[in-house]
Amino acid sequence: MLSEQEKKEIAEELEHLPRKTAGGLEALRVVQKYRSWISDEAVSDISEYLGMSETQIDGLASFYNLIYRKPVGRHVILFCDSISCWIKNADNLQEQLGKHLGIKPGETTSDDRFTLIPVACLGACDKAPVMMIDDDLHVNLTEEKIKEILEQYK
Amino acid sequence: MVNIYIDGIKYQAEEGKNLLDYCLSVGLDIPYFCFHPAMGSVGACRLCAVKMYKDENDTRGKIIMSCVQPVQDGMIISIEDPEVKHFRAQVIESLMNNHPHDCPICDEGGECHLQDMTVMTGHVYRRNRFKKRTYRNQYLGPFINHEMNRCIQCYRCTRFYREYAGGYDLDVFGIHSRVFFGRHQDGMLENEFSGNLVEVCPTGVFTDKTLKKHYTRKWDLSTAPSICEHCSLGCNTIPGERYGKLRRIRNRYNYDVNGYFLCDRGRFGYEYVNRETRIKKIKARFGAELQDTTEDEILDKITNAFEKGKTLGIGSARASVEANYALNKLVGAENFYAGISGKDHQILRNYLDILRNYPVNVPSMKETEEADYVLVLGEDITHSAPRLALSLRQTLMKKAMDEAARVSIPRWLDHAVREFYQDGKAPMTTITPYNTKLDDVASKSLRLNPHDTVKFGFLLANRINNDAPAVKDYPGEWDEWLDQLAKALINAKKPLIVSGWGNGLEEMLKAAANITQALNGEERKAGLFYALPEANSMGLGLLEGNDLSGIMETGDAPENLIILENDLYRHFDKVQADKFFNQFKNILLIDHTETNTTDHASFVLPSGVTAESSGTFINTEGRAQRFYKAYIPEAPVMDSWRWLGRIENHLKKTGGQWNSLDECLAELVKGYTVFKPLTELAPPSGFRINGEKVARAPHRYTGRTSMHAHKNVHEQKPPQDEDAPMSFTMEGYNGTPPSSLVSHYWKPGWNSVQALNKYQQEVGGPMHDGDPGKRVIEPTDNPKQQYFKVPVFETKTEAGELYLTPVPHIFGSGEMSSLSAAIREATPEPYVLIHPNVAGQNDLNEDDVAIVRANGKEWKLKVKTDDKMADDVAGITTGFRQSYIVELPLKGNIEKQEKK
Ligand code: SF4
Ligand code: SF4
Ligand code: FES
Ligand code: FES
Repeated sequence: MLSEQEKKEIAEELEHLPRKTAGGLEALRVVQKYRSWISDEAVSDISEYLGMSETQIDGLASFYNLIYRKPVGRHVILFCDSISCWIKNADNLQEQLGKHLGIKPGETTSDDRFTLIPVACLGACDKAPVMMIDDDLHVNLTEEKIKEILEQYK
Repeated sequence: MVNIYIDGIKYQAEEGKNLLDYCLSVGLDIPYFCFHPAMGSVGACRLCAVKMYKDENDTRGKIIMSCVQPVQDGMIISIEDPEVKHFRAQVIESLMNNHPHDCPICDEGGECHLQDMTVMTGHVYRRNRFKKRTYRNQYLGPFINHEMNRCIQCYRCTRFYREYAGGYDLDVFGIHSRVFFGRHQDGMLENEFSGNLVEVCPTGVFTDKTLKKHYTRKWDLSTAPSICEHCSLGCNTIPGERYGKLRRIRNRYNYDVNGYFLCDRGRFGYEYVNRETRIKKIKARFGAELQDTTEDEILDKITNAFEKGKTLGIGSARASVEANYALNKLVGAENFYAGISGKDHQILRNYLDILRNYPVNVPSMKETEEADYVLVLGEDITHSAPRLALSLRQTLMKKAMDEAARVSIPRWLDHAVREFYQDGKAPMTTITPYNTKLDDVASKSLRLNPHDTVKFGFLLANRINNDAPAVKDYPGEWDEWLDQLAKALINAKKPLIVSGWGNGLEEMLKAAANITQALNGEERKAGLFYALPEANSMGLGLLEGNDLSGIMETGDAPENLIILENDLYRHFDKVQADKFFNQFKNILLIDHTETNTTDHASFVLPSGVTAESSGTFINTEGRAQRFYKAYIPEAPVMDSWRWLGRIENHLKKTGGQWNSLDECLAELVKGYTVFKPLTELAPPSGFRINGEKVARAPHRYTGRTSMHAHKNVHEQKPPQDEDAPMSFTMEGYNGTPPSSLVSHYWKPGWNSVQALNKYQQEVGGPMHDGDPGKRVIEPTDNPKQQYFKVPVFETKTEAGELYLTPVPHIFGSGEMSSLSAAIREATPEPYVLIHPNVAGQNDLNEDDVAIVRANGKEWKLKVKTDDKMADDVAGITTGFRQSYIVELPLKGNIEKQEKK
């Protein structure tokens, strides 16, 4: 069941849309905001609310990288692996970061603190290499800087 | 017509048509995956690339996708240009990166479009040295097998399933190099047309799960043109046999009827044929036991028994025209009874009367797709005539195409058309007592009990045309609906009224006919499509058998009875049928499957099922269609009409001993001019092409010389078919025969079902020499404009009383299909469908057992609820093996079964 708050926020989004069935993505975002990821149950809840099949909602959810169909840690690190960042040594940094956290891309640390996900271009190529943790953009990364930044997220 | 140039040769093409479609139609081979003639183009696979040049001086040209390119005047194209050939080979190479290359163990192997296209592009060598991505496969129910690793992401499956067939539970998941086609979770595919995925998917992802139980390659199957026996629409099929077992049913293309698609009952309902309990021996009763006997012996016994006294014959709506005729002839027309209930008899009479004497236009299934307004009156079409529902659904696409054409989107650009029309609805109103599948495309759905639906229908006819009889007394809120609907139908150029047997009301047909009459005029020809219950209901009707219910009730029966392929318990109340049977001294039954009626027989003769017989079915629109044996069943099983001929010959010492179908037909048309077209449905059995018969088995058929080696090391003489100009082996003509004799699609380089392109006049058009089948009834030249009188309407129900209305079910209501294993797995328990309010009043919950009482009888049924249905109705599953409940519709009550 969707919570009252979730329902309210989805309903607000729906007001801007021509049809209820166009609201799948917005609904997924609202629910993920509260539940941190989209479980099978969340898929059912949304499909019921929007009058769409679970299969339709799941098709949508699995299309978007930033809709998580597996549990994620308290903080999600989006590490850019696209061309500008790659030129600026992002490959190497990402590997170091993974080693530091003890996880591979797509995995979550055992204490549920971090999930590491590679993304293609965060639109800050001039400050490459970059990563985003939750809603914060971190630029001009170095190995040391990354370690410091991580400390801000408990 | 414009001139275009393809590899230096001038062609005349229709402007605006898609280029791929055109090239395939003129016999040029361009590889493709995502294009499908019934579903148009999306440009997803990039395989259909060709070169296009600006003018004669352009030597470089540019690569374009032929499936999304309209034909233009003066166009210069190359299919053979080396660069574009290389491009196509590369597309295949990349599609094959993750493909498992498991052809030897793949059920698609040997009829795989991916194999064909790979060979056609010339890609032969794998260079990718990385790991392949793999998927977990899903359980998709009893019909379809899933092997996702073989997918090449052409999107045909979801385009068919979601968009063409309106399914909600198959989709694509993920993105980029990991896209998965399946369900949200494991489970049975819910759409009634899921089986078409087997033919739509160009690879081995979706394959026939029932075939897997007794797998045989396409090249090892003996096949024949046949007709589906599971409803009255007459979809064309190709049954395939090996070692005396029916292995599968495939779609046989008929432009006018089923096109490319079958329903799942038709495709998977065949398994009953291979059941152990088939009647396969000649049997005679000794005391309580039926014992095996020989043909000579039984013919003598039958002669002895039936010589004295009068004999009554009961025909069958599931037996061929020929078989019914043979029985009619044997017992005499005055003793021939149609073998259906009084109610069905009445409906059939009326329907024939309408076809013959009223100015109606009965469209083919294909033509229903062209309707620009459809009214579905009181019928759950998806369950009573499934394939028709798929056609009616296409009126949505027709509307969408018309809308899109206004902004110059070509009709064949499938996805663009759909995107443009978005959630637009079909020009359709459904009026049914409960929620039906077509409601999701209909622009309006009204929930009325069946009696109100009839009344509404008569009112509507009057609203459209004052000449139609008026109805007094109806709820005031109907006025607005009536006005809207009358307006929509009057504004349509091709309005269509649809109903069928499922609602069980004779008046429903009359209401539908009146609406059609009211609409008919100078400028408008309205269509009426009424679905009868069985494959040959129409053929039986045309033979004009007597109404059995008359003598059932009076009990005025003669001594002897012959029953042809019929289980009377499906048409009459058990007590009545028991009593009826007990009056007879001798009962001869000719059938292929044991039923409740078998218990009463004193003599039993084994008949062939459709795939083992030759004959004609006449579908609900009056189209006569020939079917041929896919294989000769093991003796003594044979065509019912042959048995009846032999009995006649033995009994009367004259006539009846037909050696071939042609002989039987020649006699039939002498007695009944209406059946004259039956002799023109296919060439006579003496027909030869280059001196050869048409081969049933393909050239590559294996193992013939050793098939019977466990019985005899010498190769057996192949069986002969007296009824068809076809051989049972690969010997014979293997080119393109007349379309009435096409039993497989196979051309050089085209091993998959897509070879069909080469048998059509143009891709997706009629068969090369026109489509098989002929209408036997066409509307009269001078019809009288006439209307049925308004019936006396049912009085209102009393407190607590409900209209018990039949609920047909695609899986469960079919007599033979419901014996088939996969269909059984998909069949729900018999249930009663009620509104939650009704459930509440009677203290019932979903899945409780309710007792339904009517007519002094009671039935125990599981409760299902539907909050969108009419609340004065209880829908009851009809025709299910566990409970036939033949007398519906009725009025009755419902209550909870008290737990002990
Ligand atoms: S899908 Fe076709 S190409 Fe693929 S394994 Fe099966 S037969 Fe071979
Ligand atoms: S499953 Fe078949 S039809 Fe669907 S995308 Fe894959 S190859 Fe095409
Ligand atoms: S490439 Fe990393 S931000 Fe654009
Ligand atoms: S057939 Fe043209 S892109 Fe697939």
